[in-house]
Amino acid sequence: MKTRKSEPLFHIVKRKDMPFGKQVMVRAIAIVAALIVCSVITIITTKMNPLAIFSAVIQGAFGSTRKMWITFQDTSILLIIALALTPAFKMKFWNIGGEGQVLIGGLGAAACMILIGDKVPDPVLILIMLVAAVGLGALWGAIPAIFKAVWNTNETLCTLMMNYIAIQIVAFFTILWEVPKGSGKIGIINQNTNAGWLLQVGNKYLLTILIAILITVGMFVYLKYTKHGYEVSVVGESEMTARYAGIHSGAVIIRTMIISGGLCGLAGFLLVGSIHHTITTTLAGGEGFTAVMVSWLAHFNPIAMIGASLLIVFLSNGAAQISQNCGLNQSFGDIITGIIIFFIIGCEFFIRYRVVFRAKKGAIPAPVTGEAVFGGGPGDESAVKEIKEEEGNDND
Amino acid sequence: MIDLIAFIPRAIGQSVPLLYGCTGEIITEKSGNLNLGIPGVMYVGAISGVIGAFAYEQATKGGNFIPALGIAIPLLCSLVGSLLMGLLYCFLTVTLRANQNVTGLAMTTFGVGFGNFFGGSLIKLSGSDVPTISLSKTSNCFSASLPFADNLGWFGKIFLSYGFLAYIAFILAIYAGFALKKTRIGLHLRAVGENPGTADAAGIDVSRYKYFATCIGCMVAGLGGLYYVMDYASGIWSNDAFGDRGWLAIALVIFCIWKPGIGILASILFGGLYIIYLYIPAGIDHMELKELYKMIPYVVTMIVLVITSMRNKRDNQPPASLGIPYFREER
Amino acid sequence: MSEYAIELKNITKRFGTIVANDNVSMGVRKGEILALLGENGSGKTTLMNMISGIYYPDEGHIFLDGQEVKIASPKDALALGIGMVHQHFKLVDVLTATENIILGLPGKLNICEAEEKIRTICDKFGFIIDLKKKVYEMTVSEKQTVEIVKVLYRGANILILDEPTAVLTPQEAERLFLVMWRMRNDGKAVIIITHKMHEVKEVSDRVVVLRKGRYVGEMDTGDCDVQRMTDMMVGRSVSLNITRKTPVDPKPRIEVEHLTIRDDEGVVKIDDISFTANSGEILGIAGVSGCGQKELLEAIAGLQKHVDGEVRYIEDDGSKTDLLKMSAQKISEKGIALSFVPEDRLGMGLVANMNIAENMMIRSFRNGPIVEEAVERNKAEALRKLRRDLNPFTDRKSPRKLAETVVKDLNVVTPSITTPVKNLSGGNVQKILVGREIASKPKVLLTAYAVRGLDINSSYQIYELINKQKEEGTAVVYVGEDLDVLLELSDRILVLCGGKVSGIIDGPGADKNQVGLMMMSVEGGKDEN
Repeated sequence: MKTRKSEPLFHIVKRKDMPFGKQVMVRAIAIVAALIVCSVITIITTKMNPLAIFSAVIQGAFGSTRKMWITFQDTSILLIIALALTPAFKMKFWNIGGEGQVLIGGLGAAACMILIGDKVPDPVLILIMLVAAVGLGALWGAIPAIFKAVWNTNETLCTLMMNYIAIQIVAFFTILWEVPKGSGKIGIINQNTNAGWLLQVGNKYLLTILIAILITVGMFVYLKYTKHGYEVSVVGESEMTARYAGIHSGAVIIRTMIISGGLCGLAGFLLVGSIHHTITTTLAGGEGFTAVMVSWLAHFNPIAMIGASLLIVFLSNGAAQISQNCGLNQSFGDIITGIIIFFIIGCEFFIRYRVVFRAKKGAIPAPVTGEAVFGGGPGDESAVKEIKEEEGNDND
Repeated sequence: MIDLIAFIPRAIGQSVPLLYGCTGEIITEKSGNLNLGIPGVMYVGAISGVIGAFAYEQATKGGNFIPALGIAIPLLCSLVGSLLMGLLYCFLTVTLRANQNVTGLAMTTFGVGFGNFFGGSLIKLSGSDVPTISLSKTSNCFSASLPFADNLGWFGKIFLSYGFLAYIAFILAIYAGFALKKTRIGLHLRAVGENPGTADAAGIDVSRYKYFATCIGCMVAGLGGLYYVMDYASGIWSNDAFGDRGWLAIALVIFCIWKPGIGILASILFGGLYIIYLYIPAGIDHMELKELYKMIPYVVTMIVLVITSMRNKRDNQPPASLGIPYFREER
Repeated sequence: MSEYAIELKNITKRFGTIVANDNVSMGVRKGEILALLGENGSGKTTLMNMISGIYYPDEGHIFLDGQEVKIASPKDALALGIGMVHQHFKLVDVLTATENIILGLPGKLNICEAEEKIRTICDKFGFIIDLKKKVYEMTVSEKQTVEIVKVLYRGANILILDEPTAVLTPQEAERLFLVMWRMRNDGKAVIIITHKMHEVKEVSDRVVVLRKGRYVGEMDTGDCDVQRMTDMMVGRSVSLNITRKTPVDPKPRIEVEHLTIRDDEGVVKIDDISFTANSGEILGIAGVSGCGQKELLEAIAGLQKHVDGEVRYIEDDGSKTDLLKMSAQKISEKGIALSFVPEDRLGMGLVANMNIAENMMIRSFRNGPIVEEAVERNKAEALRKLRRDLNPFTDRKSPRKLAETVVKDLNVVTPSITTPVKNLSGGNVQKILVGREIASKPKVLLTAYAVRGLDINSSYQIYELINKQKEEGTAVVYVGEDLDVLLELSDRILVLCGGKVSGIIDGPGADKNQVGLMMMSVEGGKDEN
């Protein structure tokens, strides 16, 4: 008979909602811990001293006016994609096809620039580009949504496959339209006429940033104050309740994915029309995946997403600077991003659960709890009380 | 006309990484963990092997390269690398009950970044003076086929021309299929993935099974990366060359309805689809068509996903608790 | 040696601030059937879960044959010879009976040998099971048999059965009692959790009563009577005393004719039934659980897919609408005031993660936010249409007000209306749901198990609300499991058995035995053996 002689070392208790201030603190601790781990890794691989790392990161992200603008622009693009994915995630539809939706949207814009760039006036051209980009992105979102709505096909893998299909289609057109022949790339489109290049507001970065702010506010309102937003939350929480409330889940899924894909297409439009003025298969550059994590880290809250995307762009631009300084590979940024996310994912546990350690018999009756580790603030009185009760019992 | 005798061995060679990934993910998913980090794990498995091999080749530059060690060191490094990834995933999703999708994606970002970083920076970091990472000695050990295979004509080419890791892939898949169906551990694992509450009540340590299955799954998947770089790519590491095979492997799991035996056939099919563009004539003027042909495996995967979802026999469904963290005292 | 096979001393278990068990002490002897009696929510299951290792007690001690033991996991419990058959079966659907029975045991897998051993057990106690059958193909009774055999296979000497008869037909229950007696005679200690008096009397040797998580007393079954047990269980002598006023001017409101409902697999759940529900009247629906009540209500509410026949909604002016071909959305669009309190509160009627105010929106979110005075001033159809269909925004203000009203009027205990409903207790959750459903002034109110899991006070509050609806002229359809309540509350009682109507009788003067018999009568229904 294998009976444990001692009580279990600890057990895990679900906690009721943690006060907001404390949640922020737990996350802040996690980010700090992640940064420490990242610096240690950087020190090991680059043999730089910590101060040099710190200044390099700042240098990389905000070192010059141009770098600062680029950081904000990158943040904006990441933010737009994250916002685009958010309604889908709220619906528990795992759209990891942001990459493909951005790319195909970019292709739509680029195709207009190449094919009718010199045939229609610029404002009309830009309008057509916008429609093409958003439309194609929406189509890319709608296809997996239809499969999901009709046959409950696994959307994670479907959206993923759509990414690769988009990449190959772009690769196909890249060769078809390559300039010059045999170079394997399209190059800057309409370099002489600038047809289809989005107008500059102030400088060439600001437009994207403004659009990102607009979409942030729009998405916040959409999710919180509209009927659609409410339907999305109900469908995401419970299929049965949706049916009970007379909400047609399938239609909501398709509609939401059209919005999600369309906004990704818009990001593609901005990337091609305003930033790169060309298209390559790596246009989205993995942002489609990073955006998934941004959206999730921000708990689907559009406002919090600003911070999350800024953090990630800041660190990866900083990491890029470090790898450049030391002649290392660009992928260093991905490692840093990964580590940061691991820590933030991990810290959610301490927000949702409480670890209660049990004092061993004969030991000092002062149980260490999750509460103690994460600072038992005055806000959580019930938890504090529980600990006290436990202490009392152990004294008996 | 496609030259089958040339095509089949290449298709099978392509299928091996897919099969490793698929078998690993089946074992993982049977425990209820949907590990979207497999692509990252396969990169880490590959680069860990490369680091081990690189270190050993650098150390034995003057000669004295022992083939047995040349195999053992990369193999061990690869297994340890992917094991660590598996432990990380389990710690986050099983112990800390984090969202599996997000954790998996983060693992993929991290793993691919890790692979490309060390692939691109290994030479600089180690301060050696070689131009590229080319592990020909190690690769020779890994891709050595039976000495008499060449004498057996088409039979030898199709069945005997692979390195030992390819055969291990098939043996592992068959054994995994057997173990899941016919052993006590397999039975318990299936129960954990289907209904962890029940398994727990029956006295099965759910967390331990999830940990073990996921870690073993990751180690198996990591071997797929190792095979690719050491055997298929002849020991030459180039960044992003491994591509999306990890994702295809995950899709294959659904295709073969969580049965490793079917996974063998499915991976050979997909291995073929993956390189079929090389064998479809496009003409010299229309290289762009090749890019469209490269789309075939993804389109087929989509179609397969849809068809699988249309037929819904109870036995062919994913493990019922796939993707859901288990918490015993959930009320 | 202790006199008890297993004994609990001063067990306390809390979930957050809720105390599920408070200082409970009890024990069971070998060769004895102990009934653990208590209302829903009195902590019976939680207590037993601590013996079977699902939960770990916060305080207290457990003794097995006089030796103190720590049961940290189900594995520990099994090793100690303790087996529990849960109310929700703990079986893996895609595995066979044999695989489920041997699940979790060590050693090499040998199906043949296992089957041999299972057959021996079956023969000894009189079970009948098909060992190769997969669980998802089994009936509820078969699943239960697998569960019990599973426990015996592990050599359990202490068996805990959690409300085993709730899902069984009377015949199946009788057979279960037979098996239980054989186990007792074999020297095993058996605990049966129940809240049915007649079962206590029929099957047990001794009874322990819990109330609100506390031990209130025990007695030998031989010298106790139902009245005393009830008193102990509910704490005071209850004559149910639900007021029942005579219906005022009842008129047909819902007419059901030849209604047949099938589930997704094509199994007939409701078989060609017809009845009428009148305004100002409560139509009670009685039946063993799972005999089609849920499907019937869902069909009327527009939530069932495979339906045949007719369900007509009759306006005050006599015009009729067929509800059966309409979805829930169509019904509400048509302006038919039909409310539905479903059985599955947090899975269907409410969204667990949303707060109270947001849950109020489930019925009203299609309304746009228009200043109420504007609606008052101009009641034109066009404006209402604008409010409903064209406005992309949803009205968040009125639901908040409604939430505040419901919380206040029904005495919902909650920190605020922005608390997620999952954090509320069962009774409060139900008040929110019922409050929302009656707020729309329904013409028809469908309720399924409206008081399940609620304490007595909350239950009475719900009865009052339902009665008030009836007085206001609503046609109420009340599906319940407590026959006493049904008999005192309903104006008419429709008795279902195996998806068919076995009779409709008047509420006043109805005889409990008669209804009980009708619930069991099987005419051309399932073959019971």
